[in-house]
Amino acid sequence: MKILVCISKTPDTTAKIAFTDNNTKFAQDGVQWIINPYDEWYSLVRAIELKEKDPSTIIHLVTVGAADAEPIIRKAFALGGDEGVRVNAESTDSYYIAAQIAEVAKQGGYDLIFTGKETIDYNGSSVGGMIAELLDLPYVSLATKFDLNANTAIINREIEGGEETCEVNLPVVVSCQKGVAEQRIPNMKGIMGARTKPLKVVEPAAVEALTSVVSFELPPAKAGVKLVDAENAGELVRLLHEEAKVI
Amino acid sequence: MSVLIFIDTADGHIKKSSFEALTYGAQLAQQTGTTAEAIVLGTVADDLAALGKYGVSKIHHAANDLLNHLDAQLYAKAIADVAAASGSTVIVLSHNVTGKAVAPRLSVCLKAGLIAGAIGLPDTSNGFVVKKGVFSSKAFAYVSVNTAVKIISISPNSFQTISGEGTAEVVNETISVDAPKVKVTATNKVTGEVPLSEAELVVSAGRGLKGPENWGMIEELAKLLGAATACSRPVADAHWRPHHEHVGQTGGTIAPNLYIAIGISGAIQHLAGVNRSKVIVVINKDPEAPFFKAADYGIVGDAFEVVPKLIEEVKKLKGAA
Repeated sequence: MKILVCISKTPDTTAKIAFTDNNTKFAQDGVQWIINPYDEWYSLVRAIELKEKDPSTIIHLVTVGAADAEPIIRKAFALGGDEGVRVNAESTDSYYIAAQIAEVAKQGGYDLIFTGKETIDYNGSSVGGMIAELLDLPYVSLATKFDLNANTAIINREIEGGEETCEVNLPVVVSCQKGVAEQRIPNMKGIMGARTKPLKVVEPAAVEALTSVVSFELPPAKAGVKLVDAENAGELVRLLHEEAKVI
Repeated sequence: MSVLIFIDTADGHIKKSSFEALTYGAQLAQQTGTTAEAIVLGTVADDLAALGKYGVSKIHHAANDLLNHLDAQLYAKAIADVAAASGSTVIVLSHNVTGKAVAPRLSVCLKAGLIAGAIGLPDTSNGFVVKKGVFSSKAFAYVSVNTAVKIISISPNSFQTISGEGTAEVVNETISVDAPKVKVTATNKVTGEVPLSEAELVVSAGRGLKGPENWGMIEELAKLLGAATACSRPVADAHWRPHHEHVGQTGGTIAPNLYIAIGISGAIQHLAGVNRSKVIVVINKDPEAPFFKAADYGIVGDAFEVVPKLIEEVKKLKGAA
């Protein structure tokens, strides 16, 4: 079993979001970078659990990013990946990213490709589906549970108001979310071993981006909260009905 | 040249998010001086011709049983085939569970740039630029699509559905469909509840409720309002409530008309999932809770005293209506 886990470098969940260069670039000053939580907590950890069950499993990590993305690969190594590939390019276009990962995947012969359900920066929820289409593989998105039975993946995925269980033969691309696994903390042995695991850097394939960011904008500040006295909670219902007109 | 809207169904019925997509597509067609058509896959119980009232002239219906369950590969191919045959230049979907699976594949099939999670109509005055949420709703981006064919998946609950008069022509499409590779073996749906992603009103609660046994009043308030229930991450992590109710940066992102947060402090990660809600109400006994800064209305008080009062008032309001 060979698994490719796609990881992305994103700002920490508590990072202050601001922009520079006339609102065309994300302000990186003082930002802590993390592995996109969906990639780490769910897809990577589930891949590691599968390896714990079947030690012959090989886990490769791939990220598309500049040299400053290497610390997140090392962190993923500390949790449990075996080898890593960094495609030396940066883009905000999902297609560009997916095409680079698809190139790496073509050479690896993977049984399973995991992505997070979306990244917490561009929120496209698109890269997994694009990789699947580029490789002509089935795609199961928004997984909440993932199991293997020989060559068949048994997956629960989100539907409106619930879940459905589906079965699909490997190879398959799966996007993971909460439920698939639980967040882990790397142990000392993992951290020590992470330094020496092989990390290959490859130059990007010639791919044209299909979209480009023109500018960013911050949401307008809220006008301020209108407080209602706890003793008079009914007043809130009146305000929601008559003033806000939402109930 | 036309706009093609994908209509998503569940159990043969058209989803609310698809009415939003129809409205969006029809408005876009009007803005660009073209016509709007729609495509629906699988068995449908609803009257398709009646969708003309949303401003679409033609509905392509591929009523193949193999398309009754989501297989992103088959869906994308069917939509791509119809889009090519009808010369569609923009394809509109909802950024819902189906759209998230299908739109990216379609983007590759048609080599068409995708805006995933649009919250505004495109600005076509100079190119094709669409506004979408980024950084988990903490900011917006204006994104340009650089390809001849464009795909837009619209964020659920971001567009008001508008309908008028009209009937659409329904065209039965006979398309060849391969056997699905993804086989659905079981469905576990909470019936009778409003799905969170489609809900216009949401009542949400957090650790302030102290334990899962105290959710009765939350469910009662939600039921009276016709609202969906949601929860914060610690509550889902502690298994007090099911995972699918978790909203926030690492859970679901929602944009209802009303979000009532009870006993949730409002950490930045939680706000990221809900701050596109149109009206936010915060009930928390801690006056310093950060959520009050993001709220429109607030009550500083104990949930166990405030919520029963709200229930009584809503009963009165609903009784009077």
